Formats: sequence, C-alpha cells, structure tokens
Amino acid sequence: MAKRKLRIMVAKPGLDGHDRGARVLARCFRDAGYETIYTGCHQTPEEIAAAAIQEDIDCVGLSCHSGAHRYLFPQTVKQLRELGGDDIQVIGGGVIPTADFQMLYDAGLKGVFTPGVTLPDIVKWIEENIVPNIRD
Amino acid sequence: MEITKKVRDGDVRTVSRLIRNIEDRIPGAKDTIKHIFPHTGKAHVIGFTGSPGAGKSTLIDCLVAELRKRDKTVGVLLVDPTSPFTGGAILGDRIRMQRHALDPGVFVRSLATRGALGGLSKAVGDAIHVLDAMGKDFVIVETVGTGQQEVEIINHAHTVVVVLIPGMGDEIQAIKAGILEIADIFVINKADRDGAGKLYRELMYMLSMADEFPGGWKPPIIRAENMFAADSFGKSLHELTDTINAHYQNLVDKHLLGDRILRKAMLELNEALHNAILDPVLTELVETGDMRRMADMLLKKETDPYTLADEVAGKYLRE
Repeated sequence: MAKRKLRIMVAKPGLDGHDRGARVLARCFRDAGYETIYTGCHQTPEEIAAAAIQEDIDCVGLSCHSGAHRYLFPQTVKQLRELGGDDIQVIGGGVIPTADFQMLYDAGLKGVFTPGVTLPDIVKWIEENIVPNIRD
Repeated sequence: MEITKKVRDGDVRTVSRLIRNIEDRIPGAKDTIKHIFPHTGKAHVIGFTGSPGAGKSTLIDCLVAELRKRDKTVGVLLVDPTSPFTGGAILGDRIRMQRHALDPGVFVRSLATRGALGGLSKAVGDAIHVLDAMGKDFVIVETVGTGQQEVEIINHAHTVVVVLIPGMGDEIQAIKAGILEIADIFVINKADRDGAGKLYRELMYMLSMADEFPGGWKPPIIRAENMFAADSFGKSLHELTDTINAHYQNLVDKHLLGDRILRKAMLELNEALHNAILDPVLTELVETGDMRRMADMLLKKETDPYTLADEVAGKYLRE
C-alpha cells in the first residue's frame, strides 16, 4: 500500500494582500514533498474551511499580516469544526505579537510562526506534528 | 453499504475522503467504487485542456457560474503537475474558483498527477465516478497545462474543449497530430489579442481538410475576448455553454454516446487488469530483490530486457 501523501493548504484570510510569504511557503511545502493547495488572497474563514473540507486537507496554514489574526484565525478553526473537520490541524503565521500566542492556542491553533522562523524549521515542525489522517 | 449512501447523499467529507483514498490507493476505496459503480453514468463529463496560461481555470470558473444560473450542479476536478524531484505539488487552479466555495451545488477538488503522463492523474477516472454518483449534473475536468501529446482526457470526457490563445505558433502547429485532434469544441481565449484572426483561420483551414466528422459534428470555434469586457465575454460564455450542451445532445441523437463510454470502459478494464495481474508480479520482483538482480545483469550486459521479460512471463503465466 502506498504511503499517505500529506495534503496541506496555504490560505490568506481577510483583507491583507501581502501574499509573498504565503507563496514562499507554498513553494517550500511543494519542495518538502507535500501536495499544497493555495487559495489566494482575500478569503473569508468560511471559504477557507469549505475548501479545506473539499480538498481533504491535513493541515491549514493561515497567513495574516494585517493584525486581524485575533478574529480570523479562531474563526477559521470554528468554521472547520462546524463542517466536521475536527481532525484538520490549523497553524498560523504573520506579524503576530507574542502576547497573542496563548489566545490563539486556546482557540485551537496547533502552531504559531512569526518572522525569523526559517523554512526548514517549519517543515521540521510539520514532520513532527502533522500526521496524514488514516481514517477510511 | 453506509459509505455508498453517504456519497449518494452528497456528503462532502465522505466524498473528499474517498477521493483521497483512491489517490492513495487504499484497498477499501476499490470496494467502495464497486458499490458506487452501478449509480454512475448520469453526469455529463466535460474536459478542458490547453497550454499553461491559456485560461482554462478562469474559463471553468465562469462556466460553473453559468451552469449554476441554469440550476445545474457541478463537480470540478483540477489536475496540476507533481514535481518529479520531490513528489510535492502546488495545486493552484482552485484560486480561480474560490467564489464557489460556499455553494453547496459545487464541489471542487484538486488532484496532483503523481507521475502520470497523459495530462491527468490516475485517480481521475474513479474520482469522476464518485462525483457522478454524488449526483452532480456536470463533472468538469481540467487537465494540466498540455503540449501536444497529453490526450488522455478523451478517454474520460463526453465533450472535450481545447482552449487556445493567439501567438503560439504558425499553421504547421495546426496540422500536427495530438491535442488539436481531440477537440469537440475550440475556444480561442484572449481573442482581443493580436493574432486571434490568424489562429481562427488556421483552425478553419485545419478543419476544412477533414473529410468527415463523427456524427457530423464539426468542432465549432468560439472566440472569447477579455473577460472584463462583460458584454462580449458573457455572450461567448453563453455560446460555450450552449455548444457544450448541443455537443452532448448530438452524441445522444447520433447514438455515439456509447462509443465515448466504451473508450472509458476499455481503459478502466485495462487498468484494473494491470492492477490485478501485473502489479502483484512487479511487487514480488521488487520485494524478493529479483528486480535489482535482473537490472544488474543488464548493466553487465549478461542478457537483454526482452529475454528477462520472457523468463518472468514463463514463470508466472500458465498458458
């Protein structure tokens, strides 16, 4: 039996159009051997969650540089749970004050990454923390 | 079977997981397909192919919107290439159609080729069955950006739309075999650009050289201009949608639908036989180390591939 391939989604919720980081990450995930879906800018949490369910994603990576992460990240987790995606892990990155980390973890985010974290660090974190779901 | 019912009821989570299991070749998925198979054959399958950047995804996005206006439900399968080096992929077609993400009448799924060469993924055939069984009226398949030889879409689609853009080559390109031969409908996209008229004439010239067309269907050429010019683009989109429907109707009227389906049936049977007969042999050869031993013999020029293949066949085939 072939090994499960990790499917990961990179998404930008809200009105922030700074997508260079998201694109670099998508490329990095491709190079790490993951099937990477990028959904583009200006997505609502509802749209991101619906897409993640349709694509059977293992992990959603949210990117936000506008400061709206305190609303958008938890909202995305909530929408995912409502659609039955309890097993889909959510991580987030961007310009995020350390003071907000705990609040995001409490809201259900599995990891938070800020400027200074290297791409190999992120891939290593994913290898250690995200397991493709084997539920049939 | 529980899962079959969930698929037929259109449960999104079940459907997306089943397609994943097909891609990952989880044994249970094959059993599910066995149960689903009798419920397939109702959807009109449309294939979109053409070179990278021709505008396939954007055109599909607009077609989905148009079909939804006509109260039809749509499943979309988007194929993008897998990196031959890392096995990873960026599946980016979805960006063009995220506006349909919240519409329950639309299901969009991205697939990576995973090494398949015909412009599709091996899982596409079964994924079409799943969306068909899910009750979608239309299933739209977008191939990877294709060149000249990636024609596998004809084995899966009732209607093949080839999307072309001006400025890609001279008329010699138009008489080459391959992708231009499989079109049921041509779209000249970005037709407000230089060279659209020339491309149109070249296609007309190519089509005029054919003696006859199956079912008398001469592939229409639709020009689609800049999509931001709403009036003219809207007209092209209507024309495309009507032409797609007319093509399907022509297949039905001329009793040609069977030929299209037969092609897919042959392919699927071929693949299933391959999986059932050849794969176990290849797996055993790899696991026992025989494959490596035989490759070493080839490197040392002790024998040739055909002799080895005959020996293996002699061992496994009874008749």
